[in-house]
Amino acid sequence: MIHISMKKQYFNRYSIGTLTLVVLMMSCVSDLDVKPIDPFVKSADKVYTTKDLYKEGLAKLYATFGLTGQRGPAGNQDVGGVDEGFSSFVRSLWYMQELTTDEAVWTYGNDANGTIFNLHFNTWLPSDGIPEALYARIANVAALSNEFIRVTAGKTDDPDFKNFQAEARFLRALAYFYGMDLYGRLPFLTEKDLPGSFFPPMIQRAALFDYIEKELKAIKPDMGAPRFEYGRADKAACAMLLAKLYLNAEVYIAQPKYTEALTELNEVIAAGYVLSPRYANLFRADNDKNNSEIIFAQAFDGARSQAYSMTQVMINGNAGNGGWAGLRTTSAFVGKFPVLTEARAIFATESKGQSLEIDAVNVSTQGYGVFKFRNITAAGVDAPNNSTGFPDTDYPMFRLADAYLMYAEAVLRGGAGGTRANALSYINAIRSRSADVIAGNAPGVITDSQMTLDFILDERARELYWEGHRRMDLIRFGKFTGGSYLWPWKGGIKNGTAIDDKYKIFPIPSSDLGTNPNLKQSDGY
Amino acid sequence: MTKFYRTASKYLAVFLVFASLGLQAQERTVTGKVTSSDDGSPIPGANILEIGTTNGAVTDGDGKFTLNVGANATLSISFIGYKTTQIVVGTQTNIDVVLVSDVTALQEVVVIGYGEVQKKDATGAVLAISNKDFNKGVLTSPQDLLVGKFAGVQITSAGGAPGAGSTIRVRGGSSLQASNDPLIVIDGFPVDNMPPTGAGSLAGVSNPLAALNPNDIETFTVLKDASATAIYGSRATGGVIIVTTKKGVSGKPQFSYNANVSVASPIKFVDVMNASQYRSLVNTLAQTGTSGIDAAAVAKLGTASTDWQKEIFRDAISHDHNLSASGSLKNMPYRVSYGYTDQQGILKTTGLQRHSLNINASPSFLNGDLKLDMSVKGSVTFNNFGEAGAVGNAVTFDPTQPIKDATAQEYGGYFSWLNKERNTDGTPKILNGTANPVAQLNQTNNQSTSNRLIASIKADYKLPFFPAVKLTVNAGIDRSVSDGFNRAPLTAAFANNNGVLVGRDNTYGGRNQSELLDIYANYLKQFGQHKIDFTAGYGWQHFYREAYSINKDQSRTVSNPSKSENYLVSFFGRLNYTFNGKYLLTATLRNDGSSRFAPANRWGLFPSVALAWRMKDESFLSKIDAISDLKLRAGYGETGQQDIGEYYPYLATYQVSDAQTQYQLGYNSDGSPRFYNTQRPNPYDPNIRWETTTTINVGLDFGLFDDKVTGSVEVFQRDTKDLLNNVRIPNGSNFSNFLTTNVGSMENQGVEVTLSTRAVTKKDFTLHVGANFTAINNKITKLNLTNDPNFIGNFTGGVGVATNIQNNQVGFPVRSFFPYQQVYNTAGKPIEGLFVDRSGDGGNVLGNDRNRFRYRRPEPDFLIGINSRGNYKKFDFSLSGRLSIGNYVYNNVESGRAFYNGVYDLGHFRNVPTSINDAQFTTQQLLSDYYIRNGSFFRMDNMSVGYSFDRVFVDRLKARLSLTVQNAFLVTNYKGIDPEIENGIDNNIYPRPRTFLLGVNFTF
Repeated sequence: MIHISMKKQYFNRYSIGTLTLVVLMMSCVSDLDVKPIDPFVKSADKVYTTKDLYKEGLAKLYATFGLTGQRGPAGNQDVGGVDEGFSSFVRSLWYMQELTTDEAVWTYGNDANGTIFNLHFNTWLPSDGIPEALYARIANVAALSNEFIRVTAGKTDDPDFKNFQAEARFLRALAYFYGMDLYGRLPFLTEKDLPGSFFPPMIQRAALFDYIEKELKAIKPDMGAPRFEYGRADKAACAMLLAKLYLNAEVYIAQPKYTEALTELNEVIAAGYVLSPRYANLFRADNDKNNSEIIFAQAFDGARSQAYSMTQVMINGNAGNGGWAGLRTTSAFVGKFPVLTEARAIFATESKGQSLEIDAVNVSTQGYGVFKFRNITAAGVDAPNNSTGFPDTDYPMFRLADAYLMYAEAVLRGGAGGTRANALSYINAIRSRSADVIAGNAPGVITDSQMTLDFILDERARELYWEGHRRMDLIRFGKFTGGSYLWPWKGGIKNGTAIDDKYKIFPIPSSDLGTNPNLKQSDGY
Repeated sequence: MTKFYRTASKYLAVFLVFASLGLQAQERTVTGKVTSSDDGSPIPGANILEIGTTNGAVTDGDGKFTLNVGANATLSISFIGYKTTQIVVGTQTNIDVVLVSDVTALQEVVVIGYGEVQKKDATGAVLAISNKDFNKGVLTSPQDLLVGKFAGVQITSAGGAPGAGSTIRVRGGSSLQASNDPLIVIDGFPVDNMPPTGAGSLAGVSNPLAALNPNDIETFTVLKDASATAIYGSRATGGVIIVTTKKGVSGKPQFSYNANVSVASPIKFVDVMNASQYRSLVNTLAQTGTSGIDAAAVAKLGTASTDWQKEIFRDAISHDHNLSASGSLKNMPYRVSYGYTDQQGILKTTGLQRHSLNINASPSFLNGDLKLDMSVKGSVTFNNFGEAGAVGNAVTFDPTQPIKDATAQEYGGYFSWLNKERNTDGTPKILNGTANPVAQLNQTNNQSTSNRLIASIKADYKLPFFPAVKLTVNAGIDRSVSDGFNRAPLTAAFANNNGVLVGRDNTYGGRNQSELLDIYANYLKQFGQHKIDFTAGYGWQHFYREAYSINKDQSRTVSNPSKSENYLVSFFGRLNYTFNGKYLLTATLRNDGSSRFAPANRWGLFPSVALAWRMKDESFLSKIDAISDLKLRAGYGETGQQDIGEYYPYLATYQVSDAQTQYQLGYNSDGSPRFYNTQRPNPYDPNIRWETTTTINVGLDFGLFDDKVTGSVEVFQRDTKDLLNNVRIPNGSNFSNFLTTNVGSMENQGVEVTLSTRAVTKKDFTLHVGANFTAINNKITKLNLTNDPNFIGNFTGGVGVATNIQNNQVGFPVRSFFPYQQVYNTAGKPIEGLFVDRSGDGGNVLGNDRNRFRYRRPEPDFLIGINSRGNYKKFDFSLSGRLSIGNYVYNNVESGRAFYNGVYDLGHFRNVPTSINDAQFTTQQLLSDYYIRNGSFFRMDNMSVGYSFDRVFVDRLKARLSLTVQNAFLVTNYKGIDPEIENGIDNNIYPRPRTFLLGVNFTF
């Protein structure tokens, strides 16, 4: 009897204990439902609670063109598989538009798995690192824009949201435009495609052309008025992109669209932008404020917007200024300037230890350095954030001088809606900017008879060098591939040699071909 | 565990002594001493029994006994873990007995997950060693105790820095991106596997073992195959290392003090040009203008002759003290120990001081039915990290320049490279040139304080009404806190941005904490020939990490806080079933829930089953004397992996930008730019789930010639599927081109052999020789969703700007080197820039990935560990070494420096290795297979001799004096400093020193 009662006691005590344990275990299982506690991470459904937060989402879409991740200057990168600096949209775009031409040379041949000289030598391959980086970035801009278009859908009663939506679509179109220009065909996604695990379809160049054209036309009414807020694309930026699409239409879809181009350029020119009186100020630390010429720029700030992006590389990576001495230019480009005392010819020459000719691409003292981009202000003093190692200098993507030259070219190519007289006055306006204290004189005006297509190509080089236009221009003028124009190291030869027409486009990166069976490689690769 | 049995047998012995009290007086007295054949140390608590009587004695703390015996007496001397010996007394009055250790003794137990098992009943690949087998003279890094001791366990230290972490791999890695670290269980507490660097790491807390004082460790047990590890389910794929610390023993208090003093010296420097060789090289290059060297450049050469590597290293003196007391307060055995280490690093200014305190007590209540194990392990470590970057800069710095330069007062007097340009305010700019390594060391103040506390309490309660059932509750907390700073004054030339001196005032800190609750029950019962040992339970563990860093200089303040947490909840069970003592079955099942996965994928089930057959106990073998033990084992098990460094990979989340990645949109009303944070959706995979590894293991344990030779052979196959992998995904399909998802699979096969021989077991001379052999083959079998054979794989092993020398690809081992194939001339000299066109594509060979090929891997083909110990009279000795064959090393020290265009770079000179004379490259050839070198080596990790004094001044005081050499010598054809590099890329790590260590140990 005693034993039994003792056991009962034990059992009672034990069953209470068991019960406690079971309750404990159940409550602990629910611990598995965690929510982010990191101050920098939020659940997607908790992000967009105010209009300002939506604007932060929009700010990311702009930042995807210049910055590289959510930690500055590097870290938490948006695009993987590549050095984070190369994943900057404007940097890899610049490399592909400039290093492939007479305008720029890079010193360090081991970069990007030894593939960087393939750009100089016009021998690129599907496995090259830089084209792969931009290709991935373009898809990334599209994916992030699609998400933002989805989350702002249905909010278009508010005019601010109308702008937000239109700008997101503009930025997606901008990314696709460069993708169409460089690769011809792309994996293609719109806001209807939710993120997941699937194989995106491929779109061909002509279809992508149509898509971009329709998008830009559709959103232009919803874009902000010119200069409504610095850093944001406005109606003029939208027209400028359309104009670039049309100006290059013969390359993209084998149809002349110069008249359409002029329509858009007239809108750009009428938008109220004016030339900066001093050329050099366009590329300095305070270029967000000191001019009204830049239509659309990628903004940087030495303290608040840091990345190993293109203005940082052009300023710190230049030869002749004690930086990494990565970038120089060729004698072919320097030769575009009849005299080096011209204000726009901002070079580091023999006085800075640089020679004109390049016998070896990997010797940093061969080839002039280019001091066009500086991290000093218009007043000539160091930028306030200079000591961070990152510039305040913004990267101009569209500016009025480009529109003027495009206008002249469209007129010369037979487009209706513009006049030679206007074209000449625009060119002479560019050439009449006041002298620059650093480099010298204004180049001076030209006459109508001097205004030829060849002149325009050279003038574009002199005016717009190192701004990421050169390859596109040379292709449009038929001088990129083939042997009609040679520059040092074109085709991998010191004096230059003809290259195959297939190099007008870059191949689809093999890394994406290997992961997406919907893709097909371009001809010749 | 031996301690536990010593304790138990002491009780038994005491009982026997009491039992014999009533007996009549004996005819004569014998005295004697019982010692161990392993190291000659006395065995306290051994039983001495006069055969045929109940007359007996037990040895005291010195192994001595006194016993009155009858005529013609035969004594039986026994102790757990040793072979029982019988001795005919005859006319002897003094009998010294050497007991031979019986490593396969049936009584020996090994700890396994949530319990222990007698070694004879073990069914899995489990290896254990106790402190007598540890490597000697280990001061701060407990994992060094194990180096070379186990087949299939590779431990590679991160370098020679005091307290440096190590990479521990059990049977190689079976994950690509998820953690390959083994789970470390300290006294029943599975501790958080903090990475040594990066997210989740804490400065000065290099790995989970760093919390422990090596002197407090009693045993290490390695669970290798899945049938042994699957009880730890999702955390067990990398193997499990179970650590037990020393516990108190009952009896009189015992005190022990030991101290070491050591001198560590660098062994080898990178062979670079001296000042005069360098001057003549520069002058030669100037003739051709190579590397842009002109007269102006030559004028920058200095007149000094500085051996920079000698300037930054030193002979480092360290000392180490440990004091412990153990004994028993009534029914509560306890042990308290305190350790203090002051270790200098061979790199000047580096070092650490550590205090550690370890307290444990094991009281029992309710007549022994309730046992508590309480333990607190605490340590405080002060680290001085110095500036490890000085190691590489000392190789590169121009040997013609002086350390100090009177004209460089603005840089604290240290010679620094100056720019030819000046800033607009007139201050000189500094190049992105090599930093003066001596200035780096002297002007850097880089210290941290880290604390770690592991406190746990375990209660075992045997149900009084059902004694076959034991309930266990184990609760604990593991908390690490670290704070540090890294400062440099405004005069530090190396702390510049764009040439502007900005100084450095970085502070950082963090806290990692995990809490644990395990509740389990064990049922143990023998029914005739059936023995059942069943355990079932529940585990809960919470992991929390927070960290901050504030990087501050004159130009900016960058603050980066972070916080994360995750949970693991588990249910587990194990059945050990034994039939007839010969046929053994173990089955385990674990159900793990991880907060990293969505509810639908959260739970993973990890089963295992193993069978063992004690063949020696069969009649057909019992008569064969040469075979003293034979057991065949076979096991199958599944384990999981969820430790991927991401905490919410299944959740749609947004990442907010930090203060440096904002974006300007417009202006504020005062005209200043208006910056916005940016919101970025993160890539996520809602379907992400467990990575699963299946292991099949077959093993044979054997003993020959009365166990003079023992050993085991293991063969295993491991297949991992659903690899948790941050892989390239189709562009556009998610919010990045890389996503952490389940894709890919890989396999590992291996053979392991462990051998141990007691070569000599004489009274005054014992010799034990052990060896282990490991060969592991690794192959990736699937890498992405498409299985496209043209997919080039994923690059890894960065050696330059976006330049990688290694690659993961289907059909090849992980991290295979992936170079271009160098072409050589007939004299065997590499022809610069000429590579084999393996693709046949023509055109540029370099720059076409299709010409690259997979060539060797960093992991060795064979790894052989050897160890030996023994004693001769009062002398004892031990040694331990490793032979690694077929590990290849990419010599990045050479490829990064040995080319003529690198001699003068960005306006300043850089020294070059003398190996520049071999290949004579003008430009850098980073991707040539020329730099991939055979790194096979033999390293004598440890050699030690000791001498024991039985009596120092007084009887109770005993002492042992020892001399140890760590990292005694290295035999290799590799021309760099050290070929033992975990990832196979030799990038000038903090070199491992050779250390001479004098130790003294007192017990009383």
